[in-house]
Amino acid sequence: MSPATAAAAAPGKKVSADLQRRMLRQMLLIRRFEERAAEAYALGKIGGFCHLYIGQEAVAVGSIAALRDDDYLICSYREHGQALVRGIPPTAVMAELFGKATGCSHGKGGSMHLFDAQRHFMGGHGIVGGHIPLAAGIGFAVKYKGGDQVCLCYFGEAAVNIGAFHEALNMAAVWKLPVVFICENNRYGMGTAFERVAALTDVAAHAKSYDMASAEVDGMDVFAVHDATTRAVAQARQGKPTLLEVRTYRFMGHSMSDPLHGVYRTKEEVEEQKKRDPIAALTHQLRDDGIMDQAAIEALDAEIRGEVDAAVKFADESPDPEPDALLHDVLAD
Amino acid sequence: MPTLTYRDALNQALREEMQRDPNVFLMGEEVGLYQGAYKVSRGLLEEFGPQRVVDTPIAELGFAGIGVGAAMAGLRPVIEFMTWNFAVLALDQIVNSAAKMLYMSGGQFPMPLVFRGPNGAALQLGAQHSQAWESWLAHIPGLKVVAPATPADAKGLLKAAIRDNNPVIVLEGEMLYNTKGDVPDGELVIPIGQADVKCPGTDVTVICHSKTVSVALKAADLLHESGISAEVIDLRSLRPLDEAAIVTSVTKTNRCVVVEEGWRHCGVGAQVVDLIQRDAFDQLDAPVLRVTQADAPMPYNKVLERAAKSTPEKVVAAARRVLYLD
Repeated sequence: MSPATAAAAAPGKKVSADLQRRMLRQMLLIRRFEERAAEAYALGKIGGFCHLYIGQEAVAVGSIAALRDDDYLICSYREHGQALVRGIPPTAVMAELFGKATGCSHGKGGSMHLFDAQRHFMGGHGIVGGHIPLAAGIGFAVKYKGGDQVCLCYFGEAAVNIGAFHEALNMAAVWKLPVVFICENNRYGMGTAFERVAALTDVAAHAKSYDMASAEVDGMDVFAVHDATTRAVAQARQGKPTLLEVRTYRFMGHSMSDPLHGVYRTKEEVEEQKKRDPIAALTHQLRDDGIMDQAAIEALDAEIRGEVDAAVKFADESPDPEPDALLHDVLAD
Repeated sequence: MPTLTYRDALNQALREEMQRDPNVFLMGEEVGLYQGAYKVSRGLLEEFGPQRVVDTPIAELGFAGIGVGAAMAGLRPVIEFMTWNFAVLALDQIVNSAAKMLYMSGGQFPMPLVFRGPNGAALQLGAQHSQAWESWLAHIPGLKVVAPATPADAKGLLKAAIRDNNPVIVLEGEMLYNTKGDVPDGELVIPIGQADVKCPGTDVTVICHSKTVSVALKAADLLHESGISAEVIDLRSLRPLDEAAIVTSVTKTNRCVVVEEGWRHCGVGAQVVDLIQRDAFDQLDAPVLRVTQADAPMPYNKVLERAAKSTPEKVVAAARRVLYLD
């Protein structure tokens, strides 16, 4: 374990009350957004694959709070949470899930391919592990231009078994690229438990192969995630990439077409994990610390529900792309 | 007009474009210290330094993806594959990332990116090192694919590829690197998507690209000896395809043979024939014939390898058949 590991295990209340309230707001936004996305999926308003982030909210919220506005993010296909936290309006994200022209990828991307160039949100990518080299490439470009931005790269633990992960980490380490690799270890690649298919289940240990710093982080604790990412980002700005293994859990199925539990995990396991709900934990903490009282939390939740309702309404009422959009943007001018 | 090898013409293109635009960099296996597996990048490390001429580990998928990421963040990468046989490992990045990024982002992320390297068979390199991949690559919307046959085209098309805001595949040829030809002085940028009539003719059109251009020209010479006038068209660009040039020539000659290095099934020639039967059906006096590699992996044995390849004699035979001479 690297020195960063020990520090990450000791989450502090180093963040301001204001940021703590903002973190709760963002986590609630993701939760309510995803709940409405699930409803819309059931109603046939959203098609295709739709991978929800419920249960993993603390990872996106804690890590992105460590970034500057000019830093970069790149994600897998389970990226609604990161998109919302990065500031893509819920209207534009929901409209993208609905496939509408007003979506953040103009209806061409869908749930798995959210993009926002202005916000340096470099996409949701649908091939497991395929975007990890892209993160190294973004880091390469930053270094090439003499900038000091970093790139956060999110992927699931199942991506650790694919070659792209290893090739990218090696080159990021050899070339000292400003990248933080964030493995969201939610324990299952679709329906396959990690230990069934990985010889080494300690993801952070893979960093040793690439002489890279690493840390294991409690992904249900937003402050722990924030703290570990803050340290890793500071290192990355000095040209030292880090692999963070963030231990989390998804409360929903792999995608909307999969069951919550079944042959690969038990209902009891899911219920047990829900006791670690990151939003419940943060809510309790804010109450205990006197940062927000129950009335304020309920008011915040109501406000967010209203925002998400508005996003659904916006998406529903938005137009489909024009028919001729089919052949637009195949090639650039 | 100076005479250059194909290799040096590519080298000039890289050098000129790197001088012109500081965002252009070259990345690949052995491109720097070793000066390029085929010496295309000779001298570039010395001129531009290790930040812009980047030696990679043997990790085609990884460094192709680094090229894609760098292009997303505003650079203009030139990614060299030691050969396209190895680039097959990087197809996920070429197809799923580079070719689709602009489209699936709703137009937000153009991909000013070049993937280049030698394609097709050389001599006795065996099955895994002797493959022509152009029909795989030209299949993909979002890519442009060029296959220059001459030093001048190599320079002009590579320069156009580097300036293009799309991912461009540049298919070179190991057997072409030492070939020589005239390369005009000064700025030479050849627009992507224009075929070149290599020799005009009236009796039969022979369509070719890359290494098969010399095969077709040799065939044209042999045909000329028996009084047959062949028009040789070098496609130069496989996507987009210069459809007008093909239709114009077939309209004139009424007969056509399509030559390529790759395998027959779903090959580039199949696409050309589709175009001709659709847009020049009434002009045809005979079925269009194709000359391709034999439908087998490339054998090592010299005699078998020669038998597998497209040759001038096979082109002559096909031309005589479409003229109903045999």
